[in-house]
Amino acid sequence: MIFPSTAPSAMLRTMLRAGLVALRKELLEQRRSYRLLVVVAVLVAFGLMSPLTAKFTPEIMKLLPNGEQIAQLIPPPTAAEAVAQYVKNTSQFGIILALLMAMGAVAQEKDKGTAALILVKPMPRYAFLWAKFVGLGLTFTAGIALAAVACYYYTLILFEALPVPEWLALNGLMLLFVLVYLALTLFCSTLSRSQVLAGGLAFGLVVLLASIGAIPQVGEYLPGQLLAWGAGMVAGSQGTAWPALGVSDGIIVAALVGAWAVFERQEL
Amino acid sequence: MAAIRVEGLQKIFGAVRALDGLTLTVEPGAVFGFLGPNGAGKTTTIRILTGLARPTGGRAWVGGVEVSTARREIARRIGYLPEEPAFYPWMTPLEFLDHVGRIFGLAAEERVARTEELLGLVGLADVGKRRIGGFSRGMRQRLALAQALVNRPEVLFLDEPASALDPVGRREVLQLIGRLRERCTVFMSTHILADVERVCDTVGIIACGRMVVEAPRGELIARYAAPAFEIEGDDGSAGQIAAWAETLRKVRWVTTVTVDGTVARVVVNDVETAKRELLAAAVQAGLVLTRYEMVRPSLEDVFLRLVGEGEAG
Repeated sequence: MIFPSTAPSAMLRTMLRAGLVALRKELLEQRRSYRLLVVVAVLVAFGLMSPLTAKFTPEIMKLLPNGEQIAQLIPPPTAAEAVAQYVKNTSQFGIILALLMAMGAVAQEKDKGTAALILVKPMPRYAFLWAKFVGLGLTFTAGIALAAVACYYYTLILFEALPVPEWLALNGLMLLFVLVYLALTLFCSTLSRSQVLAGGLAFGLVVLLASIGAIPQVGEYLPGQLLAWGAGMVAGSQGTAWPALGVSDGIIVAALVGAWAVFERQEL
Repeated sequence: MAAIRVEGLQKIFGAVRALDGLTLTVEPGAVFGFLGPNGAGKTTTIRILTGLARPTGGRAWVGGVEVSTARREIARRIGYLPEEPAFYPWMTPLEFLDHVGRIFGLAAEERVARTEELLGLVGLADVGKRRIGGFSRGMRQRLALAQALVNRPEVLFLDEPASALDPVGRREVLQLIGRLRERCTVFMSTHILADVERVCDTVGIIACGRMVVEAPRGELIARYAAPAFEIEGDDGSAGQIAAWAETLRKVRWVTTVTVDGTVARVVVNDVETAKRELLAAAVQAGLVLTRYEMVRPSLEDVFLRLVGEGEAG
């Protein structure tokens, strides 16, 4: 990477300006291309549905033939079940949305030629990539924040109030969990000109992480443990998963630095 | 100091040698026509000069700055119009030019003024607020030219700038390029010889990744274009013209004869002899002529001859 030979403060200003210009475009794109709407709508829908599903599953069961007997076997619904549903749904669909939203982020721009048209100008490649990650990250932040509010409200109405600090911590950890997959997909998108190939590679990494996570003693160091930690906090558990937090941050940083290192050397 | 200098540039893609020791110099303020057949290496050269690709060997400078070591410095000083410009379909031209202005660090007032000026210049002022996704290829080409001019570049790289335009649009774009002379150096790749004849003052002809010739346009034509005569027969004389052309091809002072319907184009190597004998030969063959003239040698004649030699050599 070659920086202009100016003072450090001027260099920092240049970097910041380029990053903000690129981020402005990304945020506009999130809105105009309906990505923001789709992510928020899907996540809020699951935020609303999770407590509803937990509450009314026994009622729905009763409508089935012999449903009364099945319903008697199901324990009375609790707020913990609503939280468990929410964590499962949001994390699963968070991964799917991260793959769908980020797989074409760089690959498509390279393939169509818009990356060449922009990067031939004084727009550093790191700023181009950084803005894509931050833009998508803010979209998911908005989605998870609104989903958290929706889920909290319905859980309050149908069950009981959840502890607010722990609820915020759970959602923060879920956001970090999704950002891991967002960063990995962005890395895959940088490797290829085909968004399908990028999506395939990212899906392969998801499967790999899930497979490694199933190994005893290894899983507690991987991002999946963040969800268990957050859900445990809401349930009143004192357990922590700091190693998983460190590994997740490390994966994000490694994926972004790797993407930048690859992208910087690519011909457009 | 040359606006563009290239020395022994090489680019190899696997088994393909796209550039094979290309060397050229473009003087400041010139409109340089970079001519060559498809696959000759024109786009590869532009991609290297703009920093989008790296050479396998050789060196290149733009505005005195070496391309491979100061990509960002070069980026501030150039404009680039790609062969097939692509935009964000959800943006409007106003938004895109504003975005480009922000990338170059222009102040808000300057961005607004520059955007309006450029949209007017390329004839897109009326559609400034329409989404680019609905634009025709010609409209995108005009917008691509506008975005290449936002930073008032020292050197403007144009890859086939008029290929997607209708005749009126082409004339306007070529007039615009002509007006940029003196304000910036224009490096224009094209395979449309008429465009080069119309606007370029210096021409470089590339074949198989090598520069075949580089010279001012007039000098090139004077040096390489062989004199030619055009003879047009009466309606229905196509068969007679074709038969006569066959006999002419065996004549010592004739280089080539090409026939298009009732018109024969005869390139000669001895003008004085041709002046005396060509018309007599036509009359002797019993042709009824509607036109006989000595034509100005065209860049196309030079191009076909030199590219043929370049590919053979």
